[in-house]
Amino acid sequence: MKRRTILLGGAGAVGALVVGWSVLPPRQRLTTARPLAVRDAQAALNGWVKVGADNSVTVVMCKSEMGQGVHTGLAMVLAEELDADWAQVKIEPSPIDKIYNNIATAVDGLPFHPDSDGTIKAVAGWLTAKTMREIGVMVTGGSSSIKDLWLPMREAGASARAMLIGAAAAQWKLPASECRAEAGKVLHPSGKRATFGELAALAAGQSLPRKVELKDPARFKLVGQPVRRIEAASKLDGTARFGIDVLPDGLHYASVTMCPTLGGRVARFDGAGATGLPGVKKVLAFDGYNGGTGGVAVIADTPFRAMRAVKQVTIEWDHGAGSAVSSDDVYRQLAQTLDQENGFGYYSHGDVDAALKSAAKTISAEYRAPYLAHAVLEPMNCTVQFKDRQATVWASTQVPGVARSAVAKVLGIDTDKIDVQVQLLGGGFGRRLEADFIAQAAAIARDAGSVPVQTIWSREQDMTHDFYRPACVSRFKAGFDAAGKLLAWHNTSAGQAIVPKVLERSFGLPGAGPDKTTSEGAYDQPYEWPNARIGHAIVDLPVPVGFWRAVGHSHQAFFKESFVDEAAAAAGVDAVAFRAALLARHPRHLKVLRRAAELSGWGQPLATASEGTKRARGVALHQSFGSIVAQVAEVSLTPEKRIRVHRVICVIDCGLAVNPNLIRQQMESGIVFGLSAALDGDIVITKGQVQQSNFHDYPVLRIDECPLIETDIIASREHPEGVGEPGTPPIAPALANAVFALTGQRLRALPLKVV
Amino acid sequence: MPTLRINGKTVEVQAEPDTPLLWVLRGELRLNGTKFGCGIALCGACTVHLDGEPIRSCITPISAVGTRDITTIEGLKGNEADALKTAWIDLDVVQCGYCQSGQLMSACALLKKLSQPSDRDIDVAMSGNICRCGTYPRIRAAIHWAAQKKSG
Repeated sequence: MKRRTILLGGAGAVGALVVGWSVLPPRQRLTTARPLAVRDAQAALNGWVKVGADNSVTVVMCKSEMGQGVHTGLAMVLAEELDADWAQVKIEPSPIDKIYNNIATAVDGLPFHPDSDGTIKAVAGWLTAKTMREIGVMVTGGSSSIKDLWLPMREAGASARAMLIGAAAAQWKLPASECRAEAGKVLHPSGKRATFGELAALAAGQSLPRKVELKDPARFKLVGQPVRRIEAASKLDGTARFGIDVLPDGLHYASVTMCPTLGGRVARFDGAGATGLPGVKKVLAFDGYNGGTGGVAVIADTPFRAMRAVKQVTIEWDHGAGSAVSSDDVYRQLAQTLDQENGFGYYSHGDVDAALKSAAKTISAEYRAPYLAHAVLEPMNCTVQFKDRQATVWASTQVPGVARSAVAKVLGIDTDKIDVQVQLLGGGFGRRLEADFIAQAAAIARDAGSVPVQTIWSREQDMTHDFYRPACVSRFKAGFDAAGKLLAWHNTSAGQAIVPKVLERSFGLPGAGPDKTTSEGAYDQPYEWPNARIGHAIVDLPVPVGFWRAVGHSHQAFFKESFVDEAAAAAGVDAVAFRAALLARHPRHLKVLRRAAELSGWGQPLATASEGTKRARGVALHQSFGSIVAQVAEVSLTPEKRIRVHRVICVIDCGLAVNPNLIRQQMESGIVFGLSAALDGDIVITKGQVQQSNFHDYPVLRIDECPLIETDIIASREHPEGVGEPGTPPIAPALANAVFALTGQRLRALPLKVV
Repeated sequence: MPTLRINGKTVEVQAEPDTPLLWVLRGELRLNGTKFGCGIALCGACTVHLDGEPIRSCITPISAVGTRDITTIEGLKGNEADALKTAWIDLDVVQCGYCQSGQLMSACALLKKLSQPSDRDIDVAMSGNICRCGTYPRIRAAIHWAAQKKSG
């Protein structure tokens, strides 16, 4: 909590706004503007929980479940303070309301070093925009859900518990202070007892407690336990409903072809070849919405009839400005930018220029990372019904409020005429922070009459019309004294900025100024550089870029941890010892690093594999989304020189571990996601067109190449931090560092290819 | 009108004979547990059983199916299926869950063929099924777990 207070204290007027939010009485995040809808014999005790006469405890869930386990984790936090019976807990999606807006991402978006205690005025303008964007948005992203709702969920549970106890006390005419709650019941020492269900209606009539008492974490029964995922069974029998699975009455389907050039549009089209085909209802053109690309849709009575017919439409494209850009030019342009400027300085300490001048030895290197697609397994899809000037939207989305605004704009109706029903997400990873496909589905449904229409993208459309992880080039210089001690660290990277573009396309706000997400992972790290300067230069290019799991950290960790390894080698020091020497005042980081080294057998010889191939280890340490992760990868090379990853040791300090099992899952998930990118991920753009289209040319990791993963969680009582993304950044550098140890080759470009 | 045999029931469908089985299941029969992922048999999300063998329903036209037995996730039953589902729960395999219907169909076909599969057997049988959430280590462990429990 210290860090947050300091950051906000230094943030001036905007900071005060955020502080205002965070110090409002709990009730301000306790009840919705409009009362929650309830079924018969169900009572809403606040904006987060309903109790039914059948004893069910329904947690009203404002976060999207995309595999990260957030429904389970958040329900545990509320159920803990409520003293609910976990077996009776259910989940139901929340409406859109201010109390569900995400505050933690706003705070985490501030461009300060975690250790910083000063004001950075240069970013005030940026800060305002960013803060305004985040406050007022319901968003599941930025590994923020648990830290965002840790207190609100606890307060909601404790408040509801107090109301249930109050109801029992009133009924029994006994002091509330003598009653307690346990496993879905209120008990009195006299032997009186009542279930939550019996008390629900009476409890709803109680006034909201002015003050609630939260449990001492030492008394937690549920939080901290490896509780199983609440929705698991539904995902094993076909009953789980993702966006693509909704089946409203009269459902029609649309299949689309978008301009192959990103940002392009339809000049003209001839739908004659499609209109006569079986089941075809309509052929229409649509614009690019919310940063998307224009195209043609065919609406038909079944999905395959729509897919078959859309291929028969003849389309002439207006390729637009996007056709000027190719990946090779992008890398060249980013490198040229670095020839000319140092970019916006996110971190500065000491006098790096003087230190480099006085250095007995310097090393330098250039790294790069390509564009990446999200390739979520459930392709983009959205179902919209526009009837009687009202709309229902069924969507897998991380941003229901943004989706609603996008649909309102397309349909020309007020947001209060739109009901957004968030479904399970078949993967998110940041792709579903965008509303392009939702606005598009609304435009298609608008032209379909009053029937619901599900727009489904093919894998090819999905792969070629993503918002890509930005390509990035990064240069480093390090200086050492005659004894080999590190004196200076200089790093500048160049690439596109995401946040200004998101502000434009999702909120209609002008986006300008520095963007913390470009440099995160480079500047906001714990290493105690004697002299350092870390900056980033934004290069504006007509390639749509977006948030990809771990965002800036995803490539900056690769650059930084690889060059730390280069510096260690140049200094002639062991890679773990070199890092440890830079962490004297960071005991939590040091502990994570040392634990990973210990568990991996760092420094001990590795057994040669049975087939006679040599193995080597590489290490990386990285902090992101509040959590500290160290990984050690063990690799060998196949005869074809492909990197084979045998084992990954992963150690995380994420503060208090709400559900160790879900944290382990997320570490495994982040590592596998990062391995796909490190080994193969490469989106190549030629004349504005993405060259990869499906899993044959954009391969992702499969089970036969998946390593053993062992995760260790550091025990902690600190505030819980993010886990959805922090597992991803360290794996690419751990791999690259292991390849260096194995072969002496330093791989400075992603994906990693040994020559 | 084409006739199919799905989960033990005979059904008549309206779709043209070149329609992939996946889109008949999802679009017409409302059996939405079978998922669409890639459309060209690269991801395995659409895996169903045809006479007990795992196939990719996204590239299998109904004309090629005839009245042979099709089993989807909704109809997946038996000792192997039960053991696998229990193992999937016990070892907390699922994350987003979108690929898991296909994973279970492939795993069940494997266990029916080989009661004690090796790691190599699992690689061969399961590498056609992509999971973007990275549940692979748990899938491997759960298949071994189910195999052990079934024999124990």
